[in-house]
Amino acid sequence: MKDFNSDFWGIYIAVIVIVSMIWLGYLVVSQSKVKLKKGEKAEVTGHKWDGDLEEYSNPLPGWWVVLFYATIVFAVGYLVAYPGLVAFGNVWNWSSTGQHAQEVKKADEKYGPMFAKFQAMPIEQVAQNPEARDIGKRLFYTYCIQCHGSDARGAKGFPNLTDNDWLYGGDPAKVVETINNGRHGQMPAFGAAFGEEKVRDVANYVLKIAGKPNNEMRAERGAETFKQVCAACHTAEGKGNQSLGAPNLTDNIWLYGGSEATIVETITNGRDNVMPAWQAFLGDAKVHLLAAYVYGLSHDK
Amino acid sequence: MENQATYNYKVVRQFAIMTVVWGIVGMLVGVVIAAQMVWPQLNVGPYFHFGRLRPLHTNAVIFAFGGCGLMATSLYVVQRTCNVRLISDKLAAFVFWGWQAVIVLAAITLPLGITSGKEYAELEWPIDLLITVVWVAYAVVFFGTIAIRKVKHIYVANWFYGAFILAVALLHIVNSMEMPVSMWKSYSAYAGAVDAMVQWWYGHNAVGFFLTAGFLGMMYYFVPKQAGRPVYSYRLSVVHFWALIFTYMWAGPHHLHYTALPDWTQSLGMVFSLILLAPSWGGMINGIMTLSGAWHKLRTDPILKFLVTALSFYGMSTFEGPMMSIKTVNALSHFTDWTIGHVHSGALGWVAMITIGSVYYLVPRLFNREEMYSMKLVETHFWIATLGTVLYIASMWIAGVTQGLMWRAVNPDGTLTYAFIDAVKASHPYFFIRFLGGFMFLSGMVLMLYNVIRTAVAGRPVNAEIPAVVAHA
Repeated sequence: MKDFNSDFWGIYIAVIVIVSMIWLGYLVVSQSKVKLKKGEKAEVTGHKWDGDLEEYSNPLPGWWVVLFYATIVFAVGYLVAYPGLVAFGNVWNWSSTGQHAQEVKKADEKYGPMFAKFQAMPIEQVAQNPEARDIGKRLFYTYCIQCHGSDARGAKGFPNLTDNDWLYGGDPAKVVETINNGRHGQMPAFGAAFGEEKVRDVANYVLKIAGKPNNEMRAERGAETFKQVCAACHTAEGKGNQSLGAPNLTDNIWLYGGSEATIVETITNGRDNVMPAWQAFLGDAKVHLLAAYVYGLSHDK
Repeated sequence: MENQATYNYKVVRQFAIMTVVWGIVGMLVGVVIAAQMVWPQLNVGPYFHFGRLRPLHTNAVIFAFGGCGLMATSLYVVQRTCNVRLISDKLAAFVFWGWQAVIVLAAITLPLGITSGKEYAELEWPIDLLITVVWVAYAVVFFGTIAIRKVKHIYVANWFYGAFILAVALLHIVNSMEMPVSMWKSYSAYAGAVDAMVQWWYGHNAVGFFLTAGFLGMMYYFVPKQAGRPVYSYRLSVVHFWALIFTYMWAGPHHLHYTALPDWTQSLGMVFSLILLAPSWGGMINGIMTLSGAWHKLRTDPILKFLVTALSFYGMSTFEGPMMSIKTVNALSHFTDWTIGHVHSGALGWVAMITIGSVYYLVPRLFNREEMYSMKLVETHFWIATLGTVLYIASMWIAGVTQGLMWRAVNPDGTLTYAFIDAVKASHPYFFIRFLGGFMFLSGMVLMLYNVIRTAVAGRPVNAEIPAVVAHA
């Protein structure tokens, strides 16, 4: 891809760079003419400031001049070999995207067969393979622990992957689908529609079906609202709906927390949660291994 | 006016005192955030969180400590080497109070989370405008004084101060182009890779002109003065001055290696960074060789020790910098604590040491004393500061290289050997050593404040008389 839509800029840059190099070289040359003879001491220039500030007219140190020229020579050589003098291209035809493509190709050749071997196996079987589990674990440590934690037990808003409780389903195909495409879980806000009292009623009903201590009166009132509104996604029994990603509310497993205050917060403001899609970045082979690792976290025991 | 017979030392005194005060404040915040890296539970509430204190630290040490030091010394040097009082006392006073206002506003807004998000240019647009006004006033005072000088030739220190003032004005104005959307929020005028490039053109030249050219100006006055020897080579001054200010302008892209920045820009940033090695070392050579014939003074004079150690750290960091700009080296060092170590070998070793030495030279003269209240304390300060700097740099080298190697290590299956947290765990002991080094450096500054106060109290504020101009060729 070209960086400019007119060739003029390539020439413009090349000319400035070349003139700059020449100017730097000239600067050194212009002050290198005077040399001290052996044993000769440099004079002061004759200017004086603030009483006693003076300057010697010592010549430039030879080794320093050599160092200066060497860096300019290196620079010119580098700009011939690598991009820089835009108008003239570069002799090695190097580009960062080219280098990246080459490294990816090399990695694919080297690691491809190993990944292919596991990709050909069903996920349940891969999950039992110690070598595959090791690779999967390393992939998990690189890409997943930022949200799900190094123990895969998640955190507030980030699901626990070890408890065999699934928002979208835990069979191998579903796990692959989740990793590949990511997920976007949304619950609408009901604070405005319900009002404060009704929200607390529903929250207490949720506590009740989760088997937690609750206010009986409120729970009873909340049951009605739950059946009319919440059941649409969470089902009438509150057991959730994996095709929507609606959580089961009866199992006392909480994504955001199961205290009355947190449930009230959830109902009032709703929730909006995203897991990114990984297929394009990781490729199918790595997703396969990751899915097997995640699957194995809860199906192994 | 009666004043015209004396130099304006008042503004120099104000800036010199505030250099020490802001030095302590800025370095204290640095020690706090270093401690937060060791003990993360010290991140209290939103206002004292690392993310908000870190820009406060950088702004305080660069623009408050470094800025006051540069203003104190440049306004002193320009008067003394031009044999004339500052062109305007009122404008000089405005520069002082205006700059203090900028610093106080920074100290309030940054912890509140008000930021433009540009590194070393975090302050929001109203403060940016104030900076511009103050800076223009500073430029008028400085160049105005040069214009009315009584000495024909302009001393080399003033070239560097002048370049610093002009370039910083240019950098600040171009990089701070932004569209305000409310009183305390604005968006950059640039977008995407262009925004990044403008930012690092600014960022690296803030290093080149604020933290290098300005302090070289300091060096060119205080080193020959304290050593009592002529500057080593006028020719070297000429070459390295022009080469330095010309070449620095190109070096910014080395902060953006292996990014969306076009390949040719990265190449140019790298080769010009390498070319910078010689011009940078020109300053070091000129400073250190000025001591030839006066080496013995290093044994007994702690102020000279500060100045020469500063030059040594300057030479070391300006060697390290070009090396780190080489793309293959950068691939290892980028985003690691090696960069933090590199910055601090410049900031503590070079900038702070040369400033501390210069302020120790200035304070007795500003308060009509022969020397500092206690030269023993100056000596102690020197050793604490040097040891602190070495601890800081060495720990960050080890941590940085460790991080770089751990991040790139791969298993036989092509997966990463270490999770990010593994590298953090491996760095933890070095974070503590860094904290210790920073704490030592801060302790030295507290000694300095005590010494400065005792010197000031024992003396009295004076404005030195302007001597008759010595006629010379």
